[in-house]
Amino acid sequence: MTKFQKQNFFQNTNESYELLPFRFARINGRVLLTNLVGEYFFTKDEVLKSLVDGTLPNDSDDYLNLRSLHFICDDQTQSAKQLLGIKTRTKLSNYSNLTSLHMFVISLRCEHSCPYCQVSRQSDDKLAFDMSYETASKAVDFALSGPSPRIKIEFQGGEPLLNFDTLKFIVHDAKEKNEAIGKDLSFVIATNLAVITDEILDYCKLHDIEISTSLDGPASLHNHNRPRPGNNSYELATEGIKKVREKLGFDKVNALMTTTDKSLDDPRIIIDEYLKQGFSGIFLRPLSPYGFAIKTKKYNAYGSKKWFEFYKTGLEYILEINKSGVHFREFYSATILKKILTLKDPGYVDLRSPAGIGIGGIVYNYDGKIFASDEGRMLAEMGDNTFEIGNLATDNFKDVFLSDKLLDPLEQSMTTSAPRCSECAFEQYCGADPVFHYATTGDFLGKKAESDFCYRNYNTFSHLLDTYDSNLETRSIFESWIN
Amino acid sequence: MLQLRGSTKDFHCDFIGHKMLIISDDSSLPFPLREKYAYILKENIDTNLPDGFGAYISQNASVFSTSKHKNWFHIPQYMDYMEAGDIINFKDDGSIWAIFRSNAKYNTFLLTERCNHYCLMCSQPPKSKEDSWLLERAMEAIELIPRDTVRMGFSGGEPTIYKEKLIDLVEKCRGYLPQTAIDILSNGRAFSDPEYARLLHKIDHPNCMICIPIYSDVPEIHNYVVQSEDAFDETIQGILNLKALNQKVEIRIVIHQQTIGRLVETCEYISRNLLFVDHVALMGLEITGFTRANLPDLWIDPYDYKDTLSQAVAVLNRSKINNSVYNHQLCTVNPDVEDNYVHSISDWKNEYLDECNKCSRKHECGGFFSSQILYKHSDHIKAFS
Repeated sequence: MTKFQKQNFFQNTNESYELLPFRFARINGRVLLTNLVGEYFFTKDEVLKSLVDGTLPNDSDDYLNLRSLHFICDDQTQSAKQLLGIKTRTKLSNYSNLTSLHMFVISLRCEHSCPYCQVSRQSDDKLAFDMSYETASKAVDFALSGPSPRIKIEFQGGEPLLNFDTLKFIVHDAKEKNEAIGKDLSFVIATNLAVITDEILDYCKLHDIEISTSLDGPASLHNHNRPRPGNNSYELATEGIKKVREKLGFDKVNALMTTTDKSLDDPRIIIDEYLKQGFSGIFLRPLSPYGFAIKTKKYNAYGSKKWFEFYKTGLEYILEINKSGVHFREFYSATILKKILTLKDPGYVDLRSPAGIGIGGIVYNYDGKIFASDEGRMLAEMGDNTFEIGNLATDNFKDVFLSDKLLDPLEQSMTTSAPRCSECAFEQYCGADPVFHYATTGDFLGKKAESDFCYRNYNTFSHLLDTYDSNLETRSIFESWIN
Repeated sequence: MLQLRGSTKDFHCDFIGHKMLIISDDSSLPFPLREKYAYILKENIDTNLPDGFGAYISQNASVFSTSKHKNWFHIPQYMDYMEAGDIINFKDDGSIWAIFRSNAKYNTFLLTERCNHYCLMCSQPPKSKEDSWLLERAMEAIELIPRDTVRMGFSGGEPTIYKEKLIDLVEKCRGYLPQTAIDILSNGRAFSDPEYARLLHKIDHPNCMICIPIYSDVPEIHNYVVQSEDAFDETIQGILNLKALNQKVEIRIVIHQQTIGRLVETCEYISRNLLFVDHVALMGLEITGFTRANLPDLWIDPYDYKDTLSQAVAVLNRSKINNSVYNHQLCTVNPDVEDNYVHSISDWKNEYLDECNKCSRKHECGGFFSSQILYKHSDHIKAFS
């Protein structure tokens, strides 16, 4: 009598299905499956076996979930292929808006003498190590000529505040030139805050310039890492942070830590220091293998295994802090989780494919040389010019971005085709670091099986996904970090 | 519940067919305008009816007994809500239809009762008979609707069965009511033809939202709910085609026993695959039409699924997808969805229980469909103190 069909009328009678591309990894006794665009699914070994054998029952929850996540398609729906295409395009669409971060190295001079820094000079010779107005003006033209609608100019050094005149020149020049162009233009100064003055802060306030500083931990650790006359780097930095907050606003200053072998002893004292200073999070950064660090073999002294233990301990401690009701993020995890849980790419330079060199961020050295990344500049200081991709005196935006010097390493940084990466379950969340691999192995691609970059990221991804997926309380903390 | 359609035996008309008029209580309305208006006599004092109006209406028939006017309708008591600005359709058989009420926040035009779906919980059970006069009335009404109307809707049935004629309606809305946002309820399948989506796009209506249901991320469940094989893929394709042309799309999910099981997964599916939709509406069940026949397969107490609803809202919020919870009562949802809670039930079918009169938050609460009061509502309705 009723005209309604029963539920079973709509059931799938054809038991065959089509597998769409996916990869897998075994984590803590479970199997993680990830697909073309980074959808993921935890399951058991038997389900994976049944899935690839073509025997997964099409009314099982595993089947329904895997089909919804676009691991399989069948007679009932073929929309997966089109949706995977859309998602792939969405993920890659940002890449056409290259380059948003422009680092201006306006002085190599610095009053600190940090052992891991290779670039800074103890000198009063302004002419030798400061960026001239002429070079600065060319750098501004270059930065504004790219397709990115957002341009962030970061003043770098050395200590950029030692060349405050050029800094002011660049801010005025960029603002003036941008009037006709209309990009979203912002400025940030990377400074140790040791030489900051009220006059500088007034200027920053007037032009809405943000401050990025260094804080390596409590006084003993910070001052050990960052020697300067008077051994008071910590005191100057924390006083500076306070001053910036008072003058510019609480959130106008953020801090980055540099991880040294001494830091690795206990992440908790560093995290405590960040909490104490009122920061809303910390970036548990690995030390890059450049400059002094490579020379002195300090990098090998601890390596990625030790770093990963440091990171895990730190993350656990931070989760405890969150559980006690204080919102405090670990930024590296937050960036990775954002990549995993949303399709939005946070644009983190070290986790991009193609890599972020040049097209994510670019460096203008004080002398007009253009580098593909800050690490590329440090490598040059050690005598290797591989990542010097142009010169402001002779090259325009097009020359630099179409040069083989940039395109070659970029081509080799595509994780979808790189050996080992192409079959890695975390390929969609990861990226490539051709400068790192070149510095450690001599080629852009690197040897992934021996790569510290891979070790660090593989383990970080596994750890984060496993933690996210197995603990409800942690899950909601992680979710609060990505919003 | 207000009755929007009525009839009277006590009327006189000299026209054949129908006449659509705006109600006016202004006896000094300029003469050239009067033809378009029906003069409403609210009280029994003014027996000198002004000349020239398209019709005269009153609840008191005696005023017409001596009237020299040819077109008058004695409106039934249950239609006493009528007031100036309302658009009323009068027919030569004495039927009266309040097609647009000026005081309602939102007016909906039913365009057809024909549909290619046969949803288990359809509130407007489809009929096959030709009813394109409904579309014609809507086309006519558009000319009379106040230009400052904020938003209105078109529903069915399935409005896209009119094909190009529906597009003509959108074009007319754009012409007469460029400030008015319009919602069109559709199952979206017609837009799986990119050519049809392009026709809509070409009209370039500034604020036209196509409201399309997706009942589950599992095609078998969606197809069962709408009682049509192959519906799922065509609907998804329709949404993709519309969004590729930057047309506004809302996804509607009616929550019931068949959809609650994968509500969270469905919202996850939307946030991963259809992140670009403009709005998602999570809707409580109206106990009318087919819902009453299928109630045992559909009913679930909102109180019992409130945690699932919270999770679904959280998933959408996390992805920054605009979303709203419709047709629920405040005492049946968790506080964490209150930012998304909307007072959504059309005023003419919106009611409250006796218990609600004790409630301190009644003014914030969307209340019930009249049909929920009559047939089925949550067992957990409890006044806030």
